[in-house]
Amino acid sequence: MLTINNLQAKVEDKDILKGLSLNVKPGEIHAIMGPNGAGKSTLGNVLSGRDGYTVTGGEVLFNGKNILELDAEERAREGLFLAFQYPVEIPGVSNLEFLKASVDAVRKHQDKEPLDSMSFLKLAREKCKAVNLDQNFLKRGVNEGFSGGEKKRNEILQMMMLEPKLCILDETDSGLDIDALQVVAEGVNSQRDPNRSFIIVTHYQRLLDYIVPDFVHVLADGKIVKSGGKELALELEEKGYSWIENGEA
Amino acid sequence: MTEVASLTAVDNTAKIDFSQDALAFVKTQAHDAGLTEVRESGLAAFESLPFPTRKTEEWKYTSLNALTKQNFNQAAQNFDLEDASDLYVIDELDAYRVVFINGAFVAELSDDITVPGIEFTPFSQANDAQRAIITTHIGNIAETRRNLFTALNNAAVEEGVLLHVAKNVQLDKPIQIVNIVSQQPQPCTAFSRCLLVLESLAQATVIEQFVSTAQTQNVLLNQTTEIQIGDGAKLNHYRLHTEDESSLHFGGVYVDLNRDSQFESYQVALGGKIKRFDVLVNHNQPGSHCEMKGVYLPKNDQHIDIHSYIEHISANCTTDETYRGIMADRAKAVFNGRIHIHPDAQKSFANLSNKNLLLSNKAQINSKPELEIYADDVKCAHGVTVAQLDDQACFYLQSRGISRPEAEIMLSFAFINELLESIPLPAMRKKLRPLLAQQFSADEALTQHILDEDSGVHSGDEQA
Repeated sequence: MLTINNLQAKVEDKDILKGLSLNVKPGEIHAIMGPNGAGKSTLGNVLSGRDGYTVTGGEVLFNGKNILELDAEERAREGLFLAFQYPVEIPGVSNLEFLKASVDAVRKHQDKEPLDSMSFLKLAREKCKAVNLDQNFLKRGVNEGFSGGEKKRNEILQMMMLEPKLCILDETDSGLDIDALQVVAEGVNSQRDPNRSFIIVTHYQRLLDYIVPDFVHVLADGKIVKSGGKELALELEEKGYSWIENGEA
Repeated sequence: MTEVASLTAVDNTAKIDFSQDALAFVKTQAHDAGLTEVRESGLAAFESLPFPTRKTEEWKYTSLNALTKQNFNQAAQNFDLEDASDLYVIDELDAYRVVFINGAFVAELSDDITVPGIEFTPFSQANDAQRAIITTHIGNIAETRRNLFTALNNAAVEEGVLLHVAKNVQLDKPIQIVNIVSQQPQPCTAFSRCLLVLESLAQATVIEQFVSTAQTQNVLLNQTTEIQIGDGAKLNHYRLHTEDESSLHFGGVYVDLNRDSQFESYQVALGGKIKRFDVLVNHNQPGSHCEMKGVYLPKNDQHIDIHSYIEHISANCTTDETYRGIMADRAKAVFNGRIHIHPDAQKSFANLSNKNLLLSNKAQINSKPELEIYADDVKCAHGVTVAQLDDQACFYLQSRGISRPEAEIMLSFAFINELLESIPLPAMRKKLRPLLAQQFSADEALTQHILDEDSGVHSGDEQA
């Protein structure tokens, strides 16, 4: 599904990723944990194609394609999805027209017929229900005036509508109370599929109580310094990141 | 500084003296005796106003050089009716309509309206009672000291349209007043006039629509609208400028508000070669309310200049003014919004917001909000922003598979969408959405989602 080899990237003149490698197979859930400033969000941004990040070395193969050569929208159409840490508010663009434009673009890329208005609306309403968002949110401006939890649920709603192959959740748990966290986790779990993989970037172990990962990686100073099973997350929670950073492990 | 390009290749002859020619021109026009007074005062006002230069404050960012390169002070000749049909149609709008081409009334395209309580007629067809209304009001609302084109319009006043709504009468249908300019063999000037009088507690919706027949235009339209809104009366006013980009328009809307009256105005304007209009609102009596929403969208090399003046003369009046502009390519816009609170206008509430989006490095906006306050118990605010498209929002849309060009169009449209949504006439919203979306791209694939009736915020009020 996704192979990252020795990825190096910088923002402005600062090296952030310094040789990161990761291999994600279909159906797997990988958690990436790490202290602030380790490069967690940079990884999501580089993978999704955000401007302002310069890849200086390494390669990223997504289903065999070198996605670093693709624009952000092309990566999304290939099936890569980034759930934002801070979803953007866009007044004047309704959530529904945003979703329709997205779904149409992705389906077109897959040579599928566009959904007609009625089936699309039906689907959108179903998914709203699944993430516990009122249908009125479809008519509102994208994320406009949404609470933190509503914004994150809206991200999951988009994920459900687009049915991506690889989902990167960038600190989706930050700023969520336990109820919102559970809704988000349930949404993610409902999307688990032998053909869909997840990379869950998080600072805290808490989310992993609800979304159980197959692998946990520790990202520090731009590299993965330790990998293990789900029990690694618990160990990190207990001992803190200094345990890794100080090389005691 | 770039000068406004002229319509056709211009010879090397000396500059034309616009003012001198204009005076000579209006004096040659046939006049009917009833309007002599306003014409004479208009002439006097025009003679006292110097032709604007870059040093004239009211015209600082709008060059009138184009008017000195060709002689526009000639009468328009004939026109072809065929060209005019369909230009002004607003689907699903059931309205009383009058049509003027190059300032002349066109009976063939106009409705014959006889509704009790309403006088709606071109000046040329007015009966004695209607003429009495015209002479009572005309020239009394428009202000000539700031705008030479309004002075000139007074000096030339002849044809126009009167709407008078009697006390307590509510119009059952909107009024649609269409001004068409039609290309002529030589440059020329057309004068147009509109007088709207609402007696106390009357209500009406009036659409002033400006269109042109061809890509290239050489008719200068000089248009003045005067509006009197009686005690407790309410006017919903629309001003739609969708002329072709080579058009020349000099307009003015002058409004007198009486006690507890309401003026709601929606102004939508594409750019022109030179398009300038002034909106002046006088809160003459306590308790009146003015709400103005405007959108301007110049592109290519177009120019648009909007000046608004709100005079809070009496106490307890409110003004809520919002203008948004999107400038593309090398287009230039000017917005000047002045709110003047007079000494007796205590408890005034006034808000002015002007937001601008620049889509190119060469596009320009000159925005100047002015608040002048001489009363001490008032609440007033103004704000201006100038921005470019938000990269973060653009990336957010792209990260969901939406192409960069479509993302940019969605975000541009979103910038004016809020104002479009507030338009109370559904037929008007339906007309404007595709028309304005087209300004951003002629490619339907890029505008289909913002125009999707089923998925927009615009499908708003209907059931979920």
